[in-house]
Amino acid sequence: MSTIAINNPSAIPHDDHSHEHHHETFLTKYVFSQDHKMIAKQFLITGIIMAVIAMLLSILFRIQLAYPDQSFPLLEVLLGRFAPEGRLDPNFYLSLVTIHGTIMVFFVLTAGLSGTFSNLLIPLQIGARDMASPFMNMLSYWLFFIASVIMVSTFFVESGPAGGGWTIYPPLSAVPQAMPGSGLGMTLWLVSMVLFVASSLMGGINYVSTILNMRTKGMDLWKMPLTIWSFLLTAILGILSFPVLVAGVVLLIFDRSFGTSFYLSDIFIGGQALSHEGGSPILWQHLFWFLGHPEVYIVIMPAMGIASEVMSVNSRKPIFGYHAMVYSLIGITSLSFIVWGHHMFVTGMNPFLGGVFMITTLIIAVPSAVKTFNWLATLWRGNIRFTPAMLFAIGLVSFFISGGLTGIWLGNAALDIHLHDTYFVVAHFHLVMGSAAIFGMVAGVYHWFPKMFGRMMNAKLGYLHFWLTFISAYLVFFPMHFMGLDGVPRRYYAFTEFESMDKWLSVNVFVTWSAILGAVAQVAFLFNFFYSIFFGKKATENPWEANTLEWTTPVERIHGNWPGEIPTVYRWPYDYSKPGHGEDFILQSTPHSQTMSSNLLHDFEGNEVAEKIQEKWNIDNNRTTDTEFK
Amino acid sequence: MNIKKFFNLKSLLALGAVIFFSFSQAIAEETAIVAEDVAKNDGLGKTVGYYVLLFLLLCIFIGIIGKILSVYDLTRKIQGGRNGIKWDKINGVLFAVTLIVGLYGTYWSYTVHGAQILPAASSIHGAKIDTMFSITLILTTIVLVLTHIALFSFAYLYNSSKKRKAYYYPHNNTLEKYWTVIPAIVLTVLVLMGFFTWRGITNISKEDMKSAIQVDVSAQQFSWDVRYAGKDNVNGRKNFKLIGGLNGLNSSGLDLSDKANYDDLRVNEIVLPVNKSVRFTLSSKDVIHSFYMPHFRTQMNCVPGMTTYFQFTPTKTTQEMRQDTDNAKFDYTLLCAKICGGSHYNMQFKVRVVSNREYQQWLKEQKPAVTEDMKKEYQLAMKDNVTGSESKIALNN
Repeated sequence: MSTIAINNPSAIPHDDHSHEHHHETFLTKYVFSQDHKMIAKQFLITGIIMAVIAMLLSILFRIQLAYPDQSFPLLEVLLGRFAPEGRLDPNFYLSLVTIHGTIMVFFVLTAGLSGTFSNLLIPLQIGARDMASPFMNMLSYWLFFIASVIMVSTFFVESGPAGGGWTIYPPLSAVPQAMPGSGLGMTLWLVSMVLFVASSLMGGINYVSTILNMRTKGMDLWKMPLTIWSFLLTAILGILSFPVLVAGVVLLIFDRSFGTSFYLSDIFIGGQALSHEGGSPILWQHLFWFLGHPEVYIVIMPAMGIASEVMSVNSRKPIFGYHAMVYSLIGITSLSFIVWGHHMFVTGMNPFLGGVFMITTLIIAVPSAVKTFNWLATLWRGNIRFTPAMLFAIGLVSFFISGGLTGIWLGNAALDIHLHDTYFVVAHFHLVMGSAAIFGMVAGVYHWFPKMFGRMMNAKLGYLHFWLTFISAYLVFFPMHFMGLDGVPRRYYAFTEFESMDKWLSVNVFVTWSAILGAVAQVAFLFNFFYSIFFGKKATENPWEANTLEWTTPVERIHGNWPGEIPTVYRWPYDYSKPGHGEDFILQSTPHSQTMSSNLLHDFEGNEVAEKIQEKWNIDNNRTTDTEFK
Repeated sequence: MNIKKFFNLKSLLALGAVIFFSFSQAIAEETAIVAEDVAKNDGLGKTVGYYVLLFLLLCIFIGIIGKILSVYDLTRKIQGGRNGIKWDKINGVLFAVTLIVGLYGTYWSYTVHGAQILPAASSIHGAKIDTMFSITLILTTIVLVLTHIALFSFAYLYNSSKKRKAYYYPHNNTLEKYWTVIPAIVLTVLVLMGFFTWRGITNISKEDMKSAIQVDVSAQQFSWDVRYAGKDNVNGRKNFKLIGGLNGLNSSGLDLSDKANYDDLRVNEIVLPVNKSVRFTLSSKDVIHSFYMPHFRTQMNCVPGMTTYFQFTPTKTTQEMRQDTDNAKFDYTLLCAKICGGSHYNMQFKVRVVSNREYQQWLKEQKPAVTEDMKKEYQLAMKDNVTGSESKIALNN
């Protein structure tokens, strides 16, 4: 394995490397960089900017929901024709909802999360000099960047950005007469998504090939940290499901621009019957959700991996049930391909099929439950250090539980009849994949900031950020469950037209102010992040006393990662607080010969020679081997 | 930790000033432009500036608190050689507080917000859904509370101490088997119950389908076009190509060559007799809509190009619901639950459930969907058609 790493062009020996360093210009170092660490930072900062944009969009429509009858002159100043008389236009409201969803799901939680941490951690944690194809990696970022620019630029289109919801169900999205948001804005949305998927695939192929081919000596699959496992499975999931979205999008482009009828049939709109016949809008839903459902696991699995790693490090305990954690990830990955129909129980899909999808959906809850219990067991009798990363990881577990449990409701076809497309769904996915994944991402930022920028983020601001965000997220999303249970549909511009919804107005005001609090709290993070890049406290090599390989790299973050030889791996990544060892952590690169006082029989994986040596050492040093070594 | 350097008040203030300056300048420019166009926006810049200033003050306030904390921390370290503020302890306690406040908040939300949710279902299948709902609610609430007690109390109990080491506990297969198998069993029970409830709702025998009252609903942006099947209890054929035909009179695209159309009734509210099964045939003229009547626990999408169905039996009249809910203004509603365009939020249609006698009475008052004018146009067109005109009349010509 390591031979491949050495053959890698970026894996030049140290001396040559520093020589090459001099030739780097600003352009090759910061812009068209092929170094995985720089690309990770590019993904992260682009992701953060996109997240801020999406968050501001959400505040805009939250204001509309809280004060549907009030005029805000500032909105007219900022948005012009999209907010005539200081009130949002109903079509623009739908565009806001659509773009908020699209940016958050794809640009922040897919590219921002996977792009950042897969790029940063895969080479560092498996012991590789760089990605398998650094050039493709760079291309992946730049396609993502162009996709982001196109997506945001739709706000400058005269008819407004795409407005059919992030799932852009045709015919609404396919027929420009249906709404202004189905005009040029939608075309650009589709173009942006094609570029995005191309970027995502390039990234994914890179992650998989790097993990499979470029692990350092001794790093077999079962010695990989859970972060790497989750990135591997996420990338596989993306590679298998994203192309289906492209297929769907291409067919939609054909329907929109070239008169085909893949999704369209029997439509009378704008005073005329369209010539499309024989298509099925349901086909789009199948194609979309064939990606769409794996997509939510693409979003949450890296966050799970990060949380597992962060919780283990900061509990100073091995992750509980490492194998079960991996198997549950594998279980989630494979099951996620056969559950997409639970988004379509009441769309007119054959009801019998609905019953089948309900069964597969509820099965996927089992591996999720296993993960949750294992996290709880990891905390149990730990020695918990509440770094900001740890706080966010605990927050993730909380959100994953409360959001996951409502998944049991929605996965039940009978209950879904009355919960489908209501605020209950909004509450569910904002907790389980929105908040939980964001918390995973933020935990990752706090935890690996020293490896990205060589400095530390301020912990106290991190605490402030966590507590405000954690509380406000619950205040925003918890009441929404009850709105859904009252049958309040989502994507409603105002709740003023139905008398029965009047009672929720005060709740909407409360939710909006909680959301504003949550948004303001992010300033603490943004300030902390950008300030610490330049003025943060200098980091040490291994500030969290963690075991994984990235903490053996120098603080200077050189191209090629390790100045000398890549370290060899001897043990699993979770030897925290091992009895008999002085410190409460043992690096993966520490051989068992240096930890004779704490070795367990299990550590030798059946290597009889090593066992004999250990037994002899035990006798010589009067080590009581009690039951554990036997 | 060297917080002193981080919370450098001077740099914080300088940064704040720079931001404020650029903000106020930008706002001043903006207001200048706006002032030319719209006089009503006068003072907007001031308002925005005020809030920006308020926010900056808050930031400075937080900065000062941070500074004070770091000074306090340092003095404690210098004086007693102790470790300064125990943030791990504080965060642990905060988790304990969150647990207590959170549990109370959940209870409060369950009781206060929970009191505002839909009343008990007023349909036969809805009652079954409500039973599923209660079982699922109880199970998930128990899990929610127990796991959160574990999560937050572990966080509180096991916060960092130099005196002890964490317990090296990499796995326990028995435990893991338990928490794989138990959720699996619980979920199996839920799946089976859900599956049979779902099949019960969607899998309806042919006889029951035919004997039900037939109502044809066609959704469009942003209204509902509802037809009752009339005496023969069959809704006549329609086709999207015929919409707007017959000199614009045929707004639903009825195919007048189908005799079943002639006794169909066009209505402007849905009136249902209590305890009678009713079968809705759903379709859409333009984009996808969703036929959603929350009080009956019914929802089904209306899809252009295909028909969907929902059959159910209402069990409570509007009058009974008004008494039950103690709300004299209570009315059933039909609303659209699938995003369908700008006025998606306002696609209502009145629904009433009445006694069978009232229903029959109401039915008599309804007008046929095929009006006399339409018939005349149709006959005229058929005559023309013989002479070779190409007007949209019926499909079979």
